[in-house]
Amino acid sequence: MIATKENKATIPAQLEGEFQTLLSKTFSSEPEWLKEKRKEAFDSFCQTGLPTRKNEEYKYTDLKKIFSGNFTAVHNESHALNFIPAPIAEGSIRLVFINGWLHKDSTLSSKLPKGVLIGNLATDGLLKHADFLKKNFSSNEDALSRLNDALWTDGAFVYVPENIRLEIPVEIIHISTGKKELLSSPRHLIIAEKNSSVSIIENNISVDTFAPMIINSQTDIFSGENSNVQYYRLQNDCRNVSLISSTHVKQEKNSHFDTNTITLGNEWTRNNLRIDLEGENCESHLNGLFVTNGTAHTDNHTSVLHNKPNGQSNQLYKGILDGRSTGIFNGKIFVERDAQKTNAYQSSKNILLSDDATINTKPQLEIYADDVKCSHGSSTGKLDEDALFYLRTRGLSEDSARRLLLYAFANDVLNTIKNESLKNYLEELVNERLEK
Amino acid sequence: MLTIKNLHAGISEKEILKGFNLEVKAGEVHAIMGPNGSGKSTLSNVLAGKKEYEVTAGEVKFKGKDLLVMSPEDRAREGLFLAFQYPIEIPGVSNINFLKTAINEIRAYKKMQPIDAKDFLKLVKEKQALVELQVTLANRSVNEGFSGGEKKRNEIFQMAMLEPTLCILDETDSGLDIDALRIVANGVNKLRSKNRSFVVITHYQRLLDYIIPDFVHVMYDGRIVKSGAKELALELEKKGYDWVKEKLAVGSGQ
Ligand SMILES: Nc1ncnc2c1ncn2[C@@H]1O[C@H](COP(=O)(O)OP(=O)(O)OP(=O)(O)O)[C@@H](O)[C@H]1O
Ligand SMILES: [Mg+2]
Repeated sequence: MIATKENKATIPAQLEGEFQTLLSKTFSSEPEWLKEKRKEAFDSFCQTGLPTRKNEEYKYTDLKKIFSGNFTAVHNESHALNFIPAPIAEGSIRLVFINGWLHKDSTLSSKLPKGVLIGNLATDGLLKHADFLKKNFSSNEDALSRLNDALWTDGAFVYVPENIRLEIPVEIIHISTGKKELLSSPRHLIIAEKNSSVSIIENNISVDTFAPMIINSQTDIFSGENSNVQYYRLQNDCRNVSLISSTHVKQEKNSHFDTNTITLGNEWTRNNLRIDLEGENCESHLNGLFVTNGTAHTDNHTSVLHNKPNGQSNQLYKGILDGRSTGIFNGKIFVERDAQKTNAYQSSKNILLSDDATINTKPQLEIYADDVKCSHGSSTGKLDEDALFYLRTRGLSEDSARRLLLYAFANDVLNTIKNESLKNYLEELVNERLEK
Repeated sequence: MLTIKNLHAGISEKEILKGFNLEVKAGEVHAIMGPNGSGKSTLSNVLAGKKEYEVTAGEVKFKGKDLLVMSPEDRAREGLFLAFQYPIEIPGVSNINFLKTAINEIRAYKKMQPIDAKDFLKLVKEKQALVELQVTLANRSVNEGFSGGEKKRNEIFQMAMLEPTLCILDETDSGLDIDALRIVANGVNKLRSKNRSFVVITHYQRLLDYIIPDFVHVMYDGRIVKSGAKELALELEKKGYDWVKEKLAVGSGQ
């Protein structure tokens, strides 16, 4: 297929050349099959180009503006970073990446249960699980995922073999930093085999970002039969950063997946979260919270695909928007003909603290099975004035009354977090964020 | 303690309080009765500082200070408490946390140290016993899932915790069963002191058998049209409000 003129316009001009440079230098020692995959993905990306706002999926999110800068995708300079954030969860294993590259100070515990592999994708993943990667890479038709397929540099690789319950959480920290306009393409892969369990915290932060950065991040999660996976996505205070974070989860039968996406103080965020319930009897909980002000933009897209019977999915997304910030919640639920006895729920609740803040919510249900229970609801309102008054008549200042109410609103989402130390950490952070 | 002079107030162009006067001295208990819609809750809300109501004339002095210019929280910190006719539910806000915050903000206003955690819990226990509020307050949101009666008790419990000097009880008795009425009234009586005043809004004489008022006022169409001693309540119970209204019509020459 030949790209049309119109499509050409939506491919950032420098990308073609940069991709060639990456292939001939950075990716040159990679196995042939991988380079082929990269080329295929890049071609496929070029055919569609960046999605425009005419694309229903990007109606409220303008990628062209984000990609209009003079960024480079070629970069692997080492950073002397003297700031690595303290661990969030007690005793966690940490993998640190900077602008898409592994940072040497990653703290790996040596006492891992037998067969567990925690490392980086570019070496550990490629060397030890190439077959797996070969089979499962690039299954996503989203243009930005294809771009990541082509450009990814490095990321976390977590492998938990059968019957292993990894008690220690794994923290994946991605730091954006530097003076150069960058497009970073981190890629993480998490595999939880049959009867295993694992808890992942993916944390995106920025430190001294003096130039605008784009992060086009992709995480793939395989949740095997009867496994239990918790995946927490934190996006906190990324300044000067446009964060595109795509997560694709595949669940096999009887598996249980929990996820929280917490966006606090980011400037521009697009989250894609796709869950394929590929076996019977899967359970999936998707929760999200974002607190924004200024001109921040937070776009949460979810799609849950029920392919097999007896699946359960539950979505709760909450937003608190101040200033001129904008929010989007777009939640899709597909229930295939085969997926009888599916229960799928979705709820999006938002509080607008200012008249200039906006939220767009759009549920999309496509149901082809006849014996299912599905529902969706969304509400958007202001802070409850009566409740505010009630609290103030008891002596609380307007500010603390307001904070108490907003915190109560947010807490529904935080309460779903199973990791106690992470929950405490976020409670404090949200409280801070709600202070005027 | 409280002086209300010629108070006019309303909401969206509609005048509800039409020249309301009342003087409450320290230690007194005033009962206000009156037909539905006469403006009793409006008066309570205006005194508590609900901003939807617009005061168009008159003045309110609370312990010598101009009450109407104060924020709702400052009114509370100065010692005013309103037990709402319809206490709202606030999901997600813990009873205990919110009360502790309230007490500490009131203490900060009075330049006092925050309450000690142990003392606070002791106080909670003691005051809960006072109104025999049996729900476990810890881990429960303000009024959420409380029965009608429990909500009313919770109001009086909060009042006991905050130790106000002027307590306005807006139909605290409605929704309480016979035993609860006695318990809550006893609780209120224990809080009576020479420095603490009460304005008790009620439709029923029965409450006033327990909380014996110093004065009874009849409110009608936005103001007090008749005042008397506690016997007035008995008379109202027997005759209803029509005789007051009739007298009023004759009295005003209409
Ligand atoms: N927020 C409001 N908006 C419009 N009208 C109001 C509002 N609040 C009160 N009113 C009106 O003002 C009048 C007085 O109401 P209020 O609740 O003060 O009466 P009340 O004496 O407390 O009655 P009740 O004995 O039934 O509790 C009523 O006609 C009511 O409809
Ligand atoms: Mg009333």
